[in-house]
Amino acid sequence: MMQIREQDAATASELIAFRLGEQEFCVDIMSVRDIRGWTPTTPLPHASDYVKGVINLRGAVLPVVDLAARLGFRPAEPSARHVIIITQVGTQTIGLLVDAVSDILTVNSGSIQPTPNVASELARVFMKGVIAMEGRMISLIALDSVLMNDHAAQGLPN
Amino acid sequence: MDTMAAIKQTFFQECEEQLAELEQGLMTIEREEGDVETINAVFRAVHSIKGGAGAFGLDDLVRFAHTFETTLDGMRSGKLDATPQIVRLMLRSADILADLVRISRDGGEPDQARVAQMSDELSRAGGAHAAPVPEAMPQPLIGDGFEADEFGFAPTPVAFDFGADADSEPADTGVDEFGFAPVAISFDTLVGDVEEAGQTYDIVFKPAPGLYAKANDALRLLRELGRLGDMTVTCETDTVPLLSELDPEGAYLTWKIELKTDAAETAVREIFEFVEFDCELSIARRLNLDGTADVVAQPMEDLVPADEPVEVLAPIAPVTVAEIAPPAERTSPAAASQPVQAATAQQPTIRVDLDRVDRLIDLVGELVINQSMLAQRVTEAGIARLSDVAVGLDDLENLTREIQDSVMAIRAQPVRPIFQRMSRVVREVADMTGKSVRLVTEGENCEVDKTVIERLADPLTHMIRNAIDHGLESPEKRVAAGKPEQGVVRMIAAHRSGRVVIEVSDDGAGINRAKVREIAIGKGLIEENLQLTDSEIDDLIFAPGFSTASTISDVSGRGVGMDVVRRSIQALGGRITITSRPGKGTTFTLSLPLTLAVLDGMVVTVAGQTLVVPLSAIVETLQPKASEVHSLGESARVIAIRGSFIPLIDVGSVLGYRSDEAQPTHSVAVLVETENQSQCALMVDGIIGQQQVVIKSLEANYGHVFGVAAATILGDGRVAVILDVDAIVAGSRSEAARADAIRKRNAA
Repeated sequence: MMQIREQDAATASELIAFRLGEQEFCVDIMSVRDIRGWTPTTPLPHASDYVKGVINLRGAVLPVVDLAARLGFRPAEPSARHVIIITQVGTQTIGLLVDAVSDILTVNSGSIQPTPNVASELARVFMKGVIAMEGRMISLIALDSVLMNDHAAQGLPN
Repeated sequence: MDTMAAIKQTFFQECEEQLAELEQGLMTIEREEGDVETINAVFRAVHSIKGGAGAFGLDDLVRFAHTFETTLDGMRSGKLDATPQIVRLMLRSADILADLVRISRDGGEPDQARVAQMSDELSRAGGAHAAPVPEAMPQPLIGDGFEADEFGFAPTPVAFDFGADADSEPADTGVDEFGFAPVAISFDTLVGDVEEAGQTYDIVFKPAPGLYAKANDALRLLRELGRLGDMTVTCETDTVPLLSELDPEGAYLTWKIELKTDAAETAVREIFEFVEFDCELSIARRLNLDGTADVVAQPMEDLVPADEPVEVLAPIAPVTVAEIAPPAERTSPAAASQPVQAATAQQPTIRVDLDRVDRLIDLVGELVINQSMLAQRVTEAGIARLSDVAVGLDDLENLTREIQDSVMAIRAQPVRPIFQRMSRVVREVADMTGKSVRLVTEGENCEVDKTVIERLADPLTHMIRNAIDHGLESPEKRVAAGKPEQGVVRMIAAHRSGRVVIEVSDDGAGINRAKVREIAIGKGLIEENLQLTDSEIDDLIFAPGFSTASTISDVSGRGVGMDVVRRSIQALGGRITITSRPGKGTTFTLSLPLTLAVLDGMVVTVAGQTLVVPLSAIVETLQPKASEVHSLGESARVIAIRGSFIPLIDVGSVLGYRSDEAQPTHSVAVLVETENQSQCALMVDGIIGQQQVVIKSLEANYGHVFGVAAATILGDGRVAVILDVDAIVAGSRSEAARADAIRKRNAA
């Protein structure tokens, strides 16, 4: 897979698509470090409600963000079927709790459309764009805003 | 990083080692335990710093190192006695050299005035041997230290002859009383002239195995030499042993070189500069004048054709001889006393990026966790204790522990460098305060994690300053008190039950408790009628904003108090205590963890969560009885322990794990001591046990969390947070407000 990815990199990018409820989202495969099943997290004091806590990934302690809650949906009730997508955001590694991974997509950068101008502020902050594919709409997550400007990071209660 | 930057970095690392060796050597000499090899080592250290600095074009550093080296050379050749004054001067120069190295590495501006002053002092000290002419000139052949052999050529008339020329020369030797100093310079100039006229050198060059080991090539050196002029080389092969006895890494050849050149002797010497310590080398210049045959007994005829300006030479002949003689003498003892084994006796070491070691430590941490997980699974599976699987697992456990210890040992370093740095602080502060101080160190080989050592520098510096400035009395007072004039500051490191203990003590007057009390009352730190025990009064020294110095001196006015020292020690997971005996002195005792990667913790449960409380903060644990718990005000509760009331803090509610306060009688109270020495009782639901935990950063991937110092991974692979006791106690002060906020949020 590594080989293919590198060859295609010039023209197209590969994305990992996943589901949150009925909606489909995706992140660039290059920022994905690992995909693992749900494991119980250790809650952090005074964390925002979308921060599920921290887990141990091969010796590193990293936060798991309930992406549904972060996007303003109903918080997930994690079960064994949920997955955590481990992503690299800048120097940070964070886990995204999602319902299920659905696909690996290869798209040309040209086929990513700007986010439709909807009223939802959360949508505008967290989506980099949308991709139309076989009648589906897949939103590209702006990973850097998932933990960005987060008052939870300062450890203050809301 | 590009190659050049990498090489430069290596150079600076080596500089640090050289500086340490330099200082150690000088201190050995100061204790009068130094031998020839110590002086050589000291010289070598400065020399290699100079060499490296030259390669990187660090001019300031080269210039100073050169001056330093010249003076050291005087000592090496026995021309300069290692008197206490001289050794102190050298130690101060070593400090300047260290400053210059650091400035070259980190940027910044050297204190030029100080560097210049030190260079000046160095040249003056060195000049005393190199050019004793100024002092001796008015009364030739009378001054002691003025040896007839060397100067038996009646220098007086010569000096006057050249006096006129000398005046036009810049008088930079620093000796200005009679304007005689320039004479030495004018000699140099004239010697230079002679050299330019063409010289013949007899060079004997015998490489030691170390020369080849350092990838030097004798042939390359000879080729370089050949560029200076006409050269005849003879290789002596008699010393080559039979093939059966030949050590392939040995060095058996000696070259005899006859070199005719216009170049100065320094140019010839420079070619061998980098192999100087790995060979036996003698460079002798053939002389063509009467009475000089003691240097090299060579027939004059060889030289005469080359020396055309004989007229110029003749009048200054005696002077020339005098100038030549010292270098010739300098060469032979130095070369002869170079033990070749010195370089090879060292333990081989490698340099590794700290990142790699950290990664290894991380991996071993995982291995430990994995191993304990496996052990747990095996137990759960009901496998018999003596089965092959269980036995194999035991072996794995032992191996794992051994690997962990070895990996931790990689980061461990002796405290010696930091102790050595402190000797500089002692010198500086002693100079500043006008006190005479001797630093005694013990246990320099105690090993501590590198990160701990690095962060010890500031607290130790402050404690040493404190000990000299506040602890030690003035020399007069000491004498009056029947103590020796020289004060002693002791710094002792020792391993004690898995921690390292560092003691800094002075033999001064001890803490003036009446004065401390008075100041504390004056600053509003304690109530006027409060009864305090002696040790409680001593502890006031750590109170923020406290200072016993009645006037702000250079030393104490640095804006750091003992409260900052205590805080930085606590940040390392350590504790600091003070004991003082009036008239006898004061001792500060630091107890520190051996590493910052591992922490001794007490594993507790709070609201279903597993937490770790650093053991260093814990005083004791107890089960509160209903009769001991009292309410104070609206919501606060205190617990009575041995007659004093200590605030009770529910960890669960401070961390927001639960909104209702736990029942103290159903909890365990963990009595902790915070940075300002106040005690608090943390309420937790239960204690699981004590264990060493590997500290993991929470900041790296998430951020700072209030009340949490770091995270760790427990045996089951789950993450547990390590409590920041100080923050929790401080946070509980506004606990009511915080609890309200959390209650509101949870309700919403």
